[in-house]
Amino acid sequence: MNKIVKFFTKDSSLIPLMAILLGLLFGAVVMLLGGYNPLLAYTALFQKVFGDLYNIGETIRQITPLIFTGLSVAFAFRTGLFNIGAEGQFVMGSLGAVWIGTQFALPWYIHAPLAIIVGALLGGFWGAISGYLKAKRGVNEVITTIMLNYISLYLANYIIANYLRAPGQQRSEIIQDSASISLNTLSEFFGYARLHWGIILAILAAFVFYIILWKTKMGFELRAVGFNPHAAEYAGMNVNKNVINAMFIGGVFAGLGGAIEVLGVFKYMTISASLPGYGFDGIAVALIGANTALGVIFAAILFGVLEFGAAGMKFVAGVPIEVIEIVIASVIFFVAASGLVKFILKPFRRKEKGGAVE
Amino acid sequence: MKKYLLLLILVLGISTLLAGCGTDTENGAENNQGTEESLVKIGMVTDVGGVNDNSFNQSAWEGLQLLDKDLKGEVKVDFAQSTSDAEYIPNLTQFVKAGWDLTWGIGFLMGDHVKTVAEQNPEAKLAIIDAVVDAPNVASVTFKEHEGSFLVGVVAGLMTKTDKIGFVGGMDIPVIARFDAGFTAGVKAANPDAKIIYNYTGAFDKPDLGKAAAATMYDQGVDIIFHAAGATGDGVFNEAKARKDAGQDVWVIGVDKDQSITFGDDITLTSMMKRVDQAVYRVSKELVDGEFKPGLIQLGLKENGVGLPAENPNIPADVLEKVNEFKQKIINGEIEVPSEK
Repeated sequence: MNKIVKFFTKDSSLIPLMAILLGLLFGAVVMLLGGYNPLLAYTALFQKVFGDLYNIGETIRQITPLIFTGLSVAFAFRTGLFNIGAEGQFVMGSLGAVWIGTQFALPWYIHAPLAIIVGALLGGFWGAISGYLKAKRGVNEVITTIMLNYISLYLANYIIANYLRAPGQQRSEIIQDSASISLNTLSEFFGYARLHWGIILAILAAFVFYIILWKTKMGFELRAVGFNPHAAEYAGMNVNKNVINAMFIGGVFAGLGGAIEVLGVFKYMTISASLPGYGFDGIAVALIGANTALGVIFAAILFGVLEFGAAGMKFVAGVPIEVIEIVIASVIFFVAASGLVKFILKPFRRKEKGGAVE
Repeated sequence: MKKYLLLLILVLGISTLLAGCGTDTENGAENNQGTEESLVKIGMVTDVGGVNDNSFNQSAWEGLQLLDKDLKGEVKVDFAQSTSDAEYIPNLTQFVKAGWDLTWGIGFLMGDHVKTVAEQNPEAKLAIIDAVVDAPNVASVTFKEHEGSFLVGVVAGLMTKTDKIGFVGGMDIPVIARFDAGFTAGVKAANPDAKIIYNYTGAFDKPDLGKAAAATMYDQGVDIIFHAAGATGDGVFNEAKARKDAGQDVWVIGVDKDQSITFGDDITLTSMMKRVDQAVYRVSKELVDGEFKPGLIQLGLKENGVGLPAENPNIPADVLEKVNEFKQKIINGEIEVPSEK
């Protein structure tokens, strides 16, 4: 019992939990001001997410790409790089997967893995471009990754429109069955929710993230460069090489996300007017998750649950979309602004400390 | 330990407060549900454009709202907005699983998704605009855009002074090809000497491309442009506005809605209206009356699914008369408007 209390009262878990609570409370006040019933709305949110198997399955589907992009941003961040380009790396991953998935006929045990690997490598390559420019030419990676996002979007649109397009459609051909990573039987059991191997890969990826950064020599160097590049260089580490490595591996994570989204959820790629948005959410996921593997998974779950549950708030409780967006944003705001939460909790903590001394 | 107690009390206090606020409305909602059983429930899912897109999503929602107004107390309507492709299926499923009587998917892009949901839920009824879904429980509504485009082609053919007419298309997809073919046939029928210049911009959301295309056409002596390019067409209007202000005699023919409301009568000659609102209203009404028929529904001039706005202040009476003659001929079947070039 005491251990459990201790776990939940530890700063690292107490602060985010309190932040979520504060965010929900603030959202409740907003809804009350708007004349909506916050209790009904929150019940609807959780019912939408956990209410039946279909919705649980779809929530997992929503969470999966966020884990990948979150890991991507977090990895680069550990090396002191701000990867705004998870979006573009995600698109390149999708493009690679859809290319292999539609253009080749291979047995399933080669086809799907090959599509995933090609997607991951394309994502990695896309990240490495920014890494190379940063390392060799000192170009700020924020600028290059943002611009590469748009290049990837229009490059993908061009390739789909001219080489992969299904006749009379705004999308590519459907991928071959052998490239699909859907879990068909399980999906049927979950009321046809689009379940796929991606979530397993995502958890594996988080594990790999942890191993690389904390259990290998390369990871030690990457983190050292992140803490202080000058000190790392003085200690004899090759900063440039590490910058490129970090962006490449970050890109691989995002590319994997893009690949599994195509192979598991859509089975095609559309000619899209705008970026998919998972990469930008990934920035927030990484920051809320404090750039740790476990943190990213929990942050992705928070994001996914809020995003997917939002539809329930409108459907059941009649809360307008605008108000729902405010509620979601305020939850994330409080989670991200942990300093603010500490400040609010301060009066309570001081009493505790006083008590302990007595 | 004290601080947690205090926190706990605070949280509990606030939640009871909220719960207190909640109870009344909750009972209210339950009471509603009692009568809800007898309501015919019709939902719609927008594509990524959202419900305020100034185009077909908005038009569809207006149709449902009108139905709600006309049949007060008999129907319940609601919409779900999709923010990404991934949400089409969960949004459609949400209505279907909750037992709604009819679920609309709005727009060409949702074809595959409506088909998937229809196959997974064979007992549910669905409907889609602008795409053909081959499933026994889906009503697919498409429009004979070529018939309406033929009429605006007649207007352009009769009213051009330079005998040069422009067509700005969005993407080269089957829907836009119908606009193109009908318009071309209409111009030729009214004015065999007229020359048509075509430009497909490749996008529905790029006003700058529309503006550039319009500028090139007007420079070549074109005086009337018909656009079938969504928001790209906004650029055509902008260019026309600039030219008009500079004293040039140029016009634009709008698309989907009566665009003179947005861009003004001084540059909008007329519009090729596509009545998504009426189509949604009509099919939903059939469901309420117990006459819902799955399958393909094609709405043309005869069904009032396409056509010119009621008021056309810029078109002289003799031209309008000609237009009505052609309209009758198309409705009677004397003229068969091609849907492909």
